[in-house]
Amino acid sequence: MDSLVPFLEGAWGWATSSAFTFSMILSVLGVVAFISVWAMFAVWLERKASADFQVRLGPNRVGGRFGLLQTLADGLKLAFKEDLIPRDSDKFLFAVAPAVAFCGAFAAFAALPFTPAITALDINLGVFFIVAVTAIGVIGVLMAGWSSNNKWSLYGAMREAAQLISYEIPSALALMVPVLVTGSLNLKEIVGFQCLPSDGVLDKEGLVYLSDHGWLAFYSPWTFVAFIVYYIASLAECKRAPFDLPEAESELVSGFHTEYSGMRFSFFFLEEYGMMFVVSAVAALVFLGGWQPLPFISLNMGGFLGNLFFLGVFLAKSVFLLWVQIWLRWTLPRMRVDQVMVMGYKYLIPISLFALLMMAVYEHWGVRYLPGLF
Amino acid sequence: MADAMTTSGAAAPTQPAKTFALPGDPLRPPDTFVDVRTQELQINMGPQHPSTHGVLRLAIWVDGEIVTRADPDIGYLHRCAEKIGESVSCIQYVPYTDRYDYLAAMNNNLGYCLAVEKVAEVEVPERAQYIRTIAVELNRIASHLVAIGTYGLDLGAFTPFFYAFREREEILRLLEWICGARLTYNFIRIGGVMRDTPAGWVEDIRKFLDLFETRLDEFNDLLTHNHIFVARTANVGVLSIEEAVRYGLTGPNLRGSGLRYDLRREQPYLLYDRFQFDIPVGTGIKGQVGDCWDRYWVRLLEMRESVRIVRQALDQLPTGGEIMAKNVRHLAFKSKAGEGYLGIENPRGELGYYLISDGGANSYRSRIRAPSFCNLSILESMLPGTMLADAVAIIGSIDIVLGEVDR
Repeated sequence: MDSLVPFLEGAWGWATSSAFTFSMILSVLGVVAFISVWAMFAVWLERKASADFQVRLGPNRVGGRFGLLQTLADGLKLAFKEDLIPRDSDKFLFAVAPAVAFCGAFAAFAALPFTPAITALDINLGVFFIVAVTAIGVIGVLMAGWSSNNKWSLYGAMREAAQLISYEIPSALALMVPVLVTGSLNLKEIVGFQCLPSDGVLDKEGLVYLSDHGWLAFYSPWTFVAFIVYYIASLAECKRAPFDLPEAESELVSGFHTEYSGMRFSFFFLEEYGMMFVVSAVAALVFLGGWQPLPFISLNMGGFLGNLFFLGVFLAKSVFLLWVQIWLRWTLPRMRVDQVMVMGYKYLIPISLFALLMMAVYEHWGVRYLPGLF
Repeated sequence: MADAMTTSGAAAPTQPAKTFALPGDPLRPPDTFVDVRTQELQINMGPQHPSTHGVLRLAIWVDGEIVTRADPDIGYLHRCAEKIGESVSCIQYVPYTDRYDYLAAMNNNLGYCLAVEKVAEVEVPERAQYIRTIAVELNRIASHLVAIGTYGLDLGAFTPFFYAFREREEILRLLEWICGARLTYNFIRIGGVMRDTPAGWVEDIRKFLDLFETRLDEFNDLLTHNHIFVARTANVGVLSIEEAVRYGLTGPNLRGSGLRYDLRREQPYLLYDRFQFDIPVGTGIKGQVGDCWDRYWVRLLEMRESVRIVRQALDQLPTGGEIMAKNVRHLAFKSKAGEGYLGIENPRGELGYYLISDGGANSYRSRIRAPSFCNLSILESMLPGTMLADAVAIIGSIDIVLGEVDR
């Protein structure tokens, strides 16, 4: 054990600094591995959590008494299933659609900084890139719905397109509020803003220091409003209840993926759980301080162990937000399609616009909380 | 559109093409119109669809998300139940009645047995009547639990379903204890009941009722007052008393529209005139009288009334005594010649049996008035003009059982 930590430290330093191409490959492979393991974990969590809400036991046979390997077994089953393509479908589009849908969520992973050091792609337009790239998914869904040659699938795809385009606006506007505050679209810099030392000394000696800004969700009332709006809109973007109209089981049978089977179906599944992670991670990074465990009190850590700790914190936050998604899904009934549109256009967009405007005014005045009170 | 008994294969009503002028379109001269033709889409809902509660097929014509016409198509579960009633003896026919409304099999047994007893003039012992009441009301609670649970499922709320089934499981255990079956009981027999109450059964029912009354309130937290649930059901599928009566609706669907009509009160059978219970009706708490929410609410309240009835029946249950009428305890039962109709309050409405006997072992004619069949007929007039998601909500609130619709 004594030699393990220095060894890992060494390997870590080499992988992150010396061999750039190797690091890139490692990152991509890491993303692929992570997204699969993550989806497995998320599905397991969803099944266990929903079982808990519903006075059931949930998976408890495969992989120990907690059914940890149930998802793996299900995934294997899906992999060995026959790949059915309906006779009258548009076969090329039908075959390509799951990959296109998956692309969006997959590409978004690349730009997510997991810790200060673990980032596959550190780009200055991180927020913009993620917002743009996750919208690709809707094309895949539209392709799937259209090419299936099934009226129910088409309905699901139409609903998905309408819903996603409507909710992109409030979610992007809500993300603009922290961008306005921090003045950066780089996710790492946004997190850096949230743990900026109060005294302005960047090279800290000690482990713990104070930071004035704190998590952006608590930075100002308007950033908090933006956080809530973003979270609600992101639910709609990953087609989660109460906005799960595109695959509304009791109305549209299974929506756009009614005709899919086997691995192609599981790609839609991966996309959904990948998206769930992406929006949770973005919310955690932008609004909840990313890898910093506490608001207003920041930790100064580095190296392998420090990054491991930060990674744990970041994942814990993401899992918490994901758990809230699961919680909402198994609590709320589904909204009707017009109610979803009303919610988006009449409430979320005006609220997020107003929050953006007010944040701009506050920034102009140089205040964070209610003027006169704080 | 009630008079238009259209077949599902009929052509969709033609729609005039809509024309829109696009103002300020620089590529077109200002006086040209763009022909934007919208087309009605016929979609086929069922017989394999999660929300049609069985093998109901609905041919639906939709304009976008709006249903313009709906045509229920039944018959996928037809099993010649009425004809079988003429070819087997009355006693042999009782198990068949289990299979109509399989969620309320006790009630089906009871309706048939009461009708036969009416024609054959059989006197049923008092203890058997009490046991029948207890079994039937427990079965009503179980049936309403399924209705409410699956209604949540229709609206995308999965969790209440499991809570409803948890309670239902207890009732099924109690009913299994007394007759050995969980769904198709065949417990109520002509002239009485199959067997006497087992030791401990009555005490267990009391225990269950105490627990159940507290758990009924959970549904208010889970579903009843949920904002989204109310938004999905209030003012949706509003049904006036006049229309409900005109279509022959009975049961919670009729009472949801505000008419206080319950056969247990109007034409008391068994010993219902000895019990005190209220008949809940829809009052439009969340929206208009007769909307989906009211029908749901009536079912929820009725479970509480059933609990009251069971409690009273348990209190009044005579100790000891016969459970079977003397003259029918053999397979060679022969009815007297004659005819008669008897309707009982099934969980879904008036379940009526019309029997003609020529004095033999079989009935000459057995006709069943199934409540779900009559309730289903309203869909054709209710669905047009609603949204697709509302159509699902309305079908769920009517609470049909396809085994009974087709028979």
